[in-house]
Amino acid sequence: MDDPVNFWLDFWNVLTLQSGYNATLVILGTTSLGFASGIVGTFAVLRRRALMADALGHATLPGVVGGFLISLIFGATGPEILPLLVGGACSGFLGIWAVQCLVRHPRVREDAAIGLVLSTFFGLGIVLLSVVQTSVSTQTAGLDSYIYGQASSMTRVDVLTLAGISVLVGLISILLRNPFGQVCFDADFAATTGWSVDRIDLLMMGLVAVVCVVGIPAVGLMLVVAFLIVPCAAGRLWSTRLFDVLMISGLIGGISGWFGAALSSSLPNLPTGPVIVLVAGAIFLLSLFLAPRRGIISSQWSAYRRNQRIAEDHALEHFIDHEDSVSTDGLIKLFSVRGWSARKINRLMRRLQAKHFVEFSSSVWSLTPTGRSRGLTIQRNHRLWTQYLISHADVAANHVDWSVDQVEHVLSEDLVAQLEDQLQLGSTP
Amino acid sequence: MSPIQRPEHSTNSPLSIHAMTVAYDRKPVLWDVDYDAPEDPQLIAIVGPNGAGKSTLIKACLGLVPRASGLVAFRGKPLDAVRSTIGYVPQRESVDWEFPVTALDVVCMGRYRKLGWFRPVRKKDRDAALLCLDRVGLADLADRQIRQLSGGQQQRVFLARALAQEADLYFMDEPFAGVDAATEQAILGVLREMKREGRTIIVVHHDLQTVPSSFDEVIFLNMRVVDSGPVADVFHEDNLRKTYGGRLTMLAEAAEAVARSERR
Repeated sequence: MDDPVNFWLDFWNVLTLQSGYNATLVILGTTSLGFASGIVGTFAVLRRRALMADALGHATLPGVVGGFLISLIFGATGPEILPLLVGGACSGFLGIWAVQCLVRHPRVREDAAIGLVLSTFFGLGIVLLSVVQTSVSTQTAGLDSYIYGQASSMTRVDVLTLAGISVLVGLISILLRNPFGQVCFDADFAATTGWSVDRIDLLMMGLVAVVCVVGIPAVGLMLVVAFLIVPCAAGRLWSTRLFDVLMISGLIGGISGWFGAALSSSLPNLPTGPVIVLVAGAIFLLSLFLAPRRGIISSQWSAYRRNQRIAEDHALEHFIDHEDSVSTDGLIKLFSVRGWSARKINRLMRRLQAKHFVEFSSSVWSLTPTGRSRGLTIQRNHRLWTQYLISHADVAANHVDWSVDQVEHVLSEDLVAQLEDQLQLGSTP
Repeated sequence: MSPIQRPEHSTNSPLSIHAMTVAYDRKPVLWDVDYDAPEDPQLIAIVGPNGAGKSTLIKACLGLVPRASGLVAFRGKPLDAVRSTIGYVPQRESVDWEFPVTALDVVCMGRYRKLGWFRPVRKKDRDAALLCLDRVGLADLADRQIRQLSGGQQQRVFLARALAQEADLYFMDEPFAGVDAATEQAILGVLREMKREGRTIIVVHHDLQTVPSSFDEVIFLNMRVVDSGPVADVFHEDNLRKTYGGRLTMLAEAAEAVARSERR
């Protein structure tokens, strides 16, 4: 990477699929894998089984090595994908089964069981791997790429299989989103309506396992869980509807696969898996800040705006109560209950002035006609609201997101009229 | 000890429980429960102290927890033959309210089983779900994410989902827990309406005070059925004492409840 221009050129070419057959193939594989794991991972996360997928990923290692050894016995000369995946799937399922058995035991909690199985199986895998590497060293080249993943070492058939299975898994998950979603949200209810929750769970975890196992050669068994969790974590920030979250997570997974593979193939010696995960992590961070409503920037901004609006309302109310014009120094006294700093008051008055609620002439502040009517409205609504809280305390909690402006919209016309009557009764002794 | 009297179980009863025992970890939670719901639609309360097995009773009827022994029949038929005619309202705390669904989506779930594995939710289903939301007074909050609803509203969304099931027999686990008085009245109004439509509703209930005014029939439960029958016949201090034991506060509350029911 001594020449940055070259790198960007390279990256652009790979990204736009103009960098030869092999690079394009790898991108195809990781993109479809990202898409499928984004979707199926959403269900795993919503069913609170995401760490189970992590256990599954780690538990594949002894099986991968075992599959390799068996394939040697049958005359293979190096790691071949099929026996490794079959072996990996077998030990992966054994790991899941072990977790399930441990959880049944009342004194082992699920997180402990997952940690136990994950580390033990992985430890066993590493030991097996070292033994194999020292005894049959010449043939093991590429075997440890299963730990971190190396998409570029995959053959054409490998990639097409990966892509085909991924797309299939993704489509099945979308098609079955109703039963899956229902079991994730409320398994007991689903069971009472006649769904076989066990069968749906098995199918769901089966799809997760398939994505895990076929994804391992590309992204590695350590990080395959990130493929399942990160897109969903990011996707949930963008929407509050299951179907949209599924689509967005699939999209984020796909984009991560695409960009990550392109990056790793235009930089020398970078394993594919970690780069893809980093891209997905970056997308998550971006979402965390930028997502509408649930993102940090948006929620901070709306909180800031809300506080500004409340301060303006308070200021206008104080003016209405005070009636007269006020000098700049008098403002501090007028707003003394609020404890605002002089700087804050200054900015507040500029804002009100910009909105033509107040005017500043001959060194005193006074309300404009618009400001006066706005202030009167606020005052009336506040009183209405207080009256409403007093007379309808038991239902008021239902109107959670109220602001002064909304009183009339939140409450029905009848109720507003009724409250106004009560207000008048209350004010005339 | 007198031999256990078994009532003759009617095949017309919407729910008959016959000698049902449920155990967790070898420790029995429910012992030899016998109950026949009246044939005509009723609002039935299950009352009893904490740990009496109230939730377990309805979960065992619904097949959510395994029975150690006994039979449950719905108009003489086993559960699997009548699932589509049985509705369920679980406890509000049993689900994750951060889940990415809107109120309307949750109500639509009441119809998922009818849709089967592959069919998507269509306009017809959404319209039906919206009507159910309207019946519980939440039509204008249909598109809210469920986390943005208050506790009482969440409870009503669950009720609307149950309405969407269009069942004949309903089990409800503490539908009045943590709701304000107005919501309680609203929910009760819907339950009464459902009863008028010919549905039997069995409610796990914790508030003894409202039993006489709100329910037709009551089951006193404390690991076994202490007594059951029409409120007017069985809701008296003797049964309350047998059910709640010597707990003073409970007894005081019970006495007050009885006094209230006698004034009626």
